[in-house]
Amino acid sequence: MAAKASRAAFGEALIELGAVNERIVTLDADLSKSTMTGAFAKKYPERAFDLGIAESGMIGVAAGLALTGQIPFACSFACFLVGRFETIRVSVAYSDAPVKLVGTHVGVAIGEDGYTQMGLEDVACLRALPNIPIVQPADEIETRQAVAYAIEHPGPIYLRLTRQSLEPVHDPAYRFRFGKADVLRPGHDVTVLATGGPVWYALEAAKALASEGIQAEVINVATIKPLDEETILRSAGRTGHVLTVEDHSVNGGLGGAVAEMLSEVMPTPLKRVGVTTFGESGDMKGLYAKHGLDAAGIAGAVRKFLAR
Amino acid sequence: MANPDVAKLETIAREGRVEILRMLTHAGSGHPGGSLSVIDILTDLYFNRLRLDPARPQWEDRDRFILSKGHCVPAQYFCMAKRGFFPMDRIVTLRKLGSPLQGHPDRVALPGIEAATGSLGQGISVAVGMALGLKLAGKAARVYCVLGDGETQEGQVWESLMSAPKLGAPNHHLDNLCVILDYNGIQLDGFVKKILDLEPITDKLKAFGWPVLEVNGHDLAQVDKALDQAEANKGAPTFIVAHTVKGKGVSFMENDPEWHGKAPKPDEAVRAIREIVGDPVPAWAAPIVAELSAMGKK
Repeated sequence: MAAKASRAAFGEALIELGAVNERIVTLDADLSKSTMTGAFAKKYPERAFDLGIAESGMIGVAAGLALTGQIPFACSFACFLVGRFETIRVSVAYSDAPVKLVGTHVGVAIGEDGYTQMGLEDVACLRALPNIPIVQPADEIETRQAVAYAIEHPGPIYLRLTRQSLEPVHDPAYRFRFGKADVLRPGHDVTVLATGGPVWYALEAAKALASEGIQAEVINVATIKPLDEETILRSAGRTGHVLTVEDHSVNGGLGGAVAEMLSEVMPTPLKRVGVTTFGESGDMKGLYAKHGLDAAGIAGAVRKFLAR
Repeated sequence: MANPDVAKLETIAREGRVEILRMLTHAGSGHPGGSLSVIDILTDLYFNRLRLDPARPQWEDRDRFILSKGHCVPAQYFCMAKRGFFPMDRIVTLRKLGSPLQGHPDRVALPGIEAATGSLGQGISVAVGMALGLKLAGKAARVYCVLGDGETQEGQVWESLMSAPKLGAPNHHLDNLCVILDYNGIQLDGFVKKILDLEPITDKLKAFGWPVLEVNGHDLAQVDKALDQAEANKGAPTFIVAHTVKGKGVSFMENDPEWHGKAPKPDEAVRAIREIVGDPVPAWAAPIVAELSAMGKK
């Protein structure tokens, strides 16, 4: 399989699923060309609504659609969608309206547009709500299955998708299981928990480390909430070292969730790799290098972590 | 509905005012002013309009009612109890630990509430979504939403006011939606006119593409007639500007911002109820007066 952005895989999956499920509705806020719902809108114009640049209203409308039996996908850049947190908090979460929230263009990986368009705090915000699971697929095959799962999920759910292409990290036989992390590469020296865009880089880092005699276990955490405690604890118990990697604020995201869980259940040395500042304009490669999210950065963080 | 029994509706609204004061006094906190301004509108909706089945609160073909100004939910709780969603006795659990009668509406806790509201500006968006969802599903059910005037200062309200008249066109015009403004002129900090004036609200709404009707929100015949017109309107949702009086029915609460968010003390509630029901206190209200008088003596 070729590299593909998870937003593109989402758009394609939606068209396939829309053919068999007439209750699927898409909602956009003038970004359908970017969230990749545009093709769905062309194929099913009666079930696609562009609410204009009015995200709060869009989320409220999505809640109303969900509470009258439709399956609404409310889509925008993650920062604009979750930026309307108060509407998600009350009209979606507290009302338990089964809205499918889709935040695209996550992380510094979006590059040139700069900080204002980067979803860097969305996971932290939504983790605070009791009933909204957070799913971030790592490649095309996982995205397609995560979208199908979102439709089946009985309540609200958040899908976190990338602008940039993602190299495949799964073989075609892979089955996404909600709430389950998957071990992509076994190892016994350090557990690397990665999510989204950086997953492939974590695998590349593990290859480089192996040549130095460091065996890193790389685990793809597609479901950030609820966290797969069982898989993480099993690995952490063996390696004794856990390193998290995410293209999101280092606070409150995957690293935060893992830190909270481990410190309560099984205190384990932990290193969180993520974004520690505001983002900025630049090319993705340069930004991933700057924030330590590329293979060299992840490998370097592992070496430093194990040497202490 | 044609030829409503206005006298009967007025009797229910009077009882509603008494029960609102009763539940707020038991709770010791809450919002009497706006509950008393909206009760006549809700009385027409719940007792002369909404197709509901209290035994089947999730009945798919039911009409939907959303109180976007969620802080005035005591008025809705009275109507729901009176319609049989739960026993009237339960209203005294308002705002108490473990009660489904939350301080602001909770959809999950209380069957019959259609959406959580209270974070102002959101209910109208949800109502728009429900109107669209029902149209897409081919349902004939209608959606009613009551907005507060202070609430109408929220940007999200205007997002929905902009979208609703055109959303769903050309095949699913939202003519199944009716939005009613409880225009009592007062918000928590003072008078709406002084804080962030809505005027000229009718012109603004018309410019946004809404057919607008204006009524005295305490004249049940007028309210009912406007709701009839809204139902007859095809091709667009309808907006009703209901001119009301904050604290309506209780002289010392009327038009006083102090009573936006302050529960009456038992003796104040008794005074208010006596004013609403007249002298001598009728038999149905006597136990409530006795109950609240006893509370005051504790």
